[in-house]
Amino acid sequence: MRPEQRDSMTNTFVVTLVLCIVCSLLVSTAAVALKDVQGKNKLLDRQRNIVEAAGLGSKSGVLNAKQITDMFTDGTIEPRVVDLQSGEYVEDKAIANPAFDERKAAKDEKMNTTINAGKFGIGIGKREKYTWVYLVKDKQGKLEQVVLPIYGKGLWSTMYGFVALKGDLRTINGLTYYEHGETPGLGGEVENLKWKKQWQGKNVWKGEPTDATLAVGVAKGSPTPENLPYMVDGLSGATITSRGVDSMIKYWFSSDAFGPYLEKLASQKGATHVSPIP
Amino acid sequence: MLAPSPKKVLLDPILNNNPITFQVLGVCSSLAVTTQLSTALVMCIAVTLVTAFSSAAVAALRNYIPSSIRMIVQMVVIASLVIVVDQILKAYFFQISKTMSVFVGLIITNCIVMGRAEGFAMKNTAWMSFLDGIGNGIGYSAVLILVAFVRELFGSGSLFGFPILAKVTDGGWYTPNGLLLLSPSAFFLIGILIWIVRTFKPEQIEEA
Repeated sequence: MRPEQRDSMTNTFVVTLVLCIVCSLLVSTAAVALKDVQGKNKLLDRQRNIVEAAGLGSKSGVLNAKQITDMFTDGTIEPRVVDLQSGEYVEDKAIANPAFDERKAAKDEKMNTTINAGKFGIGIGKREKYTWVYLVKDKQGKLEQVVLPIYGKGLWSTMYGFVALKGDLRTINGLTYYEHGETPGLGGEVENLKWKKQWQGKNVWKGEPTDATLAVGVAKGSPTPENLPYMVDGLSGATITSRGVDSMIKYWFSSDAFGPYLEKLASQKGATHVSPIP
Repeated sequence: MLAPSPKKVLLDPILNNNPITFQVLGVCSSLAVTTQLSTALVMCIAVTLVTAFSSAAVAALRNYIPSSIRMIVQMVVIASLVIVVDQILKAYFFQISKTMSVFVGLIITNCIVMGRAEGFAMKNTAWMSFLDGIGNGIGYSAVLILVAFVRELFGSGSLFGFPILAKVTDGGWYTPNGLLLLSPSAFFLIGILIWIVRTFKPEQIEEA
């Protein structure tokens, strides 16, 4: 094509138009064709983290995709949607369906609520009204663990994770972060296996079940002997990340968040009683 | 202009005309994704493919692209390819795409891609431009892998995530060098690398 022809107004428009159509077709084809695989990956990633927080299958090493999805279909792990304020399960299928996304809900004016910051904040103004909880059951259907989604601000980013409570609803069985943007090697050590292991067996509440105070948290440095049953080491060189983890875990166990639900769950079981007073 | 030989086009950017150490392009992304070898490797493959295919596409269209909108045309081609790569990564390398997050999208702004499209592909055939893209991608990759190797080994005591030097935090003897995990360390490493290359290839030294 001769330069003057190439630079003509008509050719400019034709090239622009054709290019835009071809490129948008290419992009949308890729997006649509891969959507299913991506959705599956996202779900699997979430499920893997729930299973990890609950410490399931750690003996056999890394679980494959099928073993994880099986746990969610054979009733080992039962996902439910909870109304955080009342602590009741949500039965309304319009909300409690597999497509419910608590992160989207937290941004939706109709589905979120202002966080009553009070003593513990998570650095975020609003949270979802409803969220997922995951009940881990043994073969007889007895409740072994409950896995709760938690999140809050660290230094750079919002950190998303899961915390698993044992069947007594007082003891932590595991904690894991699946998404964060903290400094690798410093705040990013929230992914460190050794640090995560410290959470195992920590008590959330201090004192008698009828008169308990929230005691779980992250210490500055190492916890004092009297705090050892409740607290884990702070991450060195990551004061703000540690503080974020501390207030987020306190917040989500407080009466403003999962407190009412855990109390309901405990009273249903009849045995242990949880007092969610912060 | 003399037509360069395919071999020269493919191999020159690896050492003689390396996009990072000689052309000093695309340094930004080499800081961001080199804390781990696995992310660096995926970034390299992505950049190589995007550079190769965008150069080929731009070269194929070079006689039709009006000069007034040529940069925008190049950008659209590059951006579309990057989105496709991003979608593929999300579908088949989910874990890695999660750690790379926005940096895949930022390939669009990687100067190497645009630089090759504008500097080479606008004047050469599609096949030569494709080779040029692959060559520059490999040159970029060589530097990235080298930097990532040093940063992961001494910053995290591991390679591809496998522990090599037992870290103190895991009960070993090695205290990781935290500086290597921060972006400035990549600047130092690339600086040292350029120094080494130019010591052996003094013809690359620019006049002060």
